[in-house]
Amino acid sequence: MKEIRLHGRGGQGVVKASQLVVKAAVAGGKCGQFIPFFGVERKGSPVFGYLRLSEQPIRRKTQIYEPDILVIMDDSLVSLPQTYAGLKDGGIIVINSRRTMEELAVPQNAGVVAVVDASGISEELFGRNIPNTAMLGAFAQVTGLVDQEILFEEIAKTFGERNKMAALRAAQEVRVVKG
Amino acid sequence: MGKIMVLTGNYTATEAAALCRPDLIAAYPITPQSSVVEGLAAKVHNGELDANMVQVESEHSAMSVVQGAAAGGGRVFTATSAQGLALMYEPYFRMSTLRMPMVMALATREMTSPETVWSGQQDAISVRDAGWIQVFCDSNQEIMDMIIQGYKLAEHPEVLIPVNVCYDGFYSSHLTEGVDVPEQKEVDEFLPAPSFSHCVLDPEKPFALDPLTPGPLLMKYRKNHLDAMEKALEVIEEIDREFGEKFGRSYGGAVSSYRAEDAEVVLVTIGGMTGTGMDAVDMAREKGIKAGLIKLRFIRPFPAKRIAKLLEGKKAFAVVDRSVCFGWSQGPMHMEVKAALADVDEKYAHFSAIGGLGGADISLRNLLETIELLEAVKDAPGEKATKWFMNE
Repeated sequence: MKEIRLHGRGGQGVVKASQLVVKAAVAGGKCGQFIPFFGVERKGSPVFGYLRLSEQPIRRKTQIYEPDILVIMDDSLVSLPQTYAGLKDGGIIVINSRRTMEELAVPQNAGVVAVVDASGISEELFGRNIPNTAMLGAFAQVTGLVDQEILFEEIAKTFGERNKMAALRAAQEVRVVKG
Repeated sequence: MGKIMVLTGNYTATEAAALCRPDLIAAYPITPQSSVVEGLAAKVHNGELDANMVQVESEHSAMSVVQGAAAGGGRVFTATSAQGLALMYEPYFRMSTLRMPMVMALATREMTSPETVWSGQQDAISVRDAGWIQVFCDSNQEIMDMIIQGYKLAEHPEVLIPVNVCYDGFYSSHLTEGVDVPEQKEVDEFLPAPSFSHCVLDPEKPFALDPLTPGPLLMKYRKNHLDAMEKALEVIEEIDREFGEKFGRSYGGAVSSYRAEDAEVVLVTIGGMTGTGMDAVDMAREKGIKAGLIKLRFIRPFPAKRIAKLLEGKKAFAVVDRSVCFGWSQGPMHMEVKAALADVDEKYAHFSAIGGLGGADISLRNLLETIELLEAVKDAPGEKATKWFMNE
């Protein structure tokens, strides 16, 4: 089982994106589970999501304290101590950013760090910053945990072709800066 | 065979309720339940569901409206949480004591104060003596299956008691996973149209429903109600078997267990913490601890005899509650499990564990530490201090 913690801000689409990953996993014959964590529900406040992918049925229904993978949709969140907290040794970080790894102060124990300008892609394609579908493309490309074809079809079905395009572009443009 | 859909707990309840072909739904939105009835309203609006959808101005009205429809012989549904349940308390009691069958989904939520909208079972637990049958679910699949089974149970001629299908707010209500959604035809075969008549008004045969009733007669009604609760324990098992034969999924009836046969120490769980508890049991077994789990599913009626049998010969148990029993410094399900056992302090080392209030997590570590504590005290019978999961 892989445990993935997502960090974003209210309105960036953390919940919808994660639900699509679960859909793609289940469509591919695997198991997926997503639990959103809501604080005070308002646009812009930090939101968390807990995503699990597994070959076996997933039983636990808890928050994720030691993620295998971190998906960070807004790089301003790296200044919060909870964002990088508990990453497993050798874990993967996929982050939406234009900044360097040093500026992002990624933890030493990260095995793979992948950076993509998902906000840039989103602004170019939709005229506003909703980076979730682009981040899904980068996530799928870097982790290989979901079948890209299935995931991108789910994105197209739910959000339309332009969002599928955002995911495809991010999958191409994501840069592995460590690992 | 049904189809696999990826759904939140709430939308699972929506799909399940729709498959049961309700005649009338009345509801008022409240976090974390709201999407259950939003989903139903959408289905009625789209023409997918042929039901009367009544948008009322409060939960008191929601329960009163479904009561009226049940008095017309209809199958009815609503859903609520916490403050909504509190506001419907008066007609909630009347629904069960008039022995009107229905299913109400309850996405459980902590009671205020301090102000909170997050998870906790205090709402459902605090009405456990209001005459309803209450079942607590772990997975989304169980929510689906218990709503369907719930109507069969509620409408059973020897039961005729409304059923609360309870599941943890957010940790289940907003949890997304794959759910096997049965076909309409299969559900229709399992659940025929309602045929109860004892409380159904008919202008051709006028009678008074719920007139002022003298004590000695009221006592007969109460005793009948309690007898029906007792009977429900048998019917729950029958329906579980019948459902298993038809749909291939069985839940063990009123209570189920995991790796408990040869266990020395037992974790007793309720609701969405159960799956986490199973993972904790597996981890404890790897460390050489003979751990097992008992899952409380139905708490009204309380399956006291089956619980006593499952705990027979064990050394220690802890009951984990997501609610509190004010005045007893422990959790309510710990109180009830103790009440089911004779000579509990001589036979068992045991304690209450309380966690997950107001949206707090019940983590794998919390439950593993509870099992380890049981292992440490298993040879010293008697009640130990209540363990609080005080996570930062």
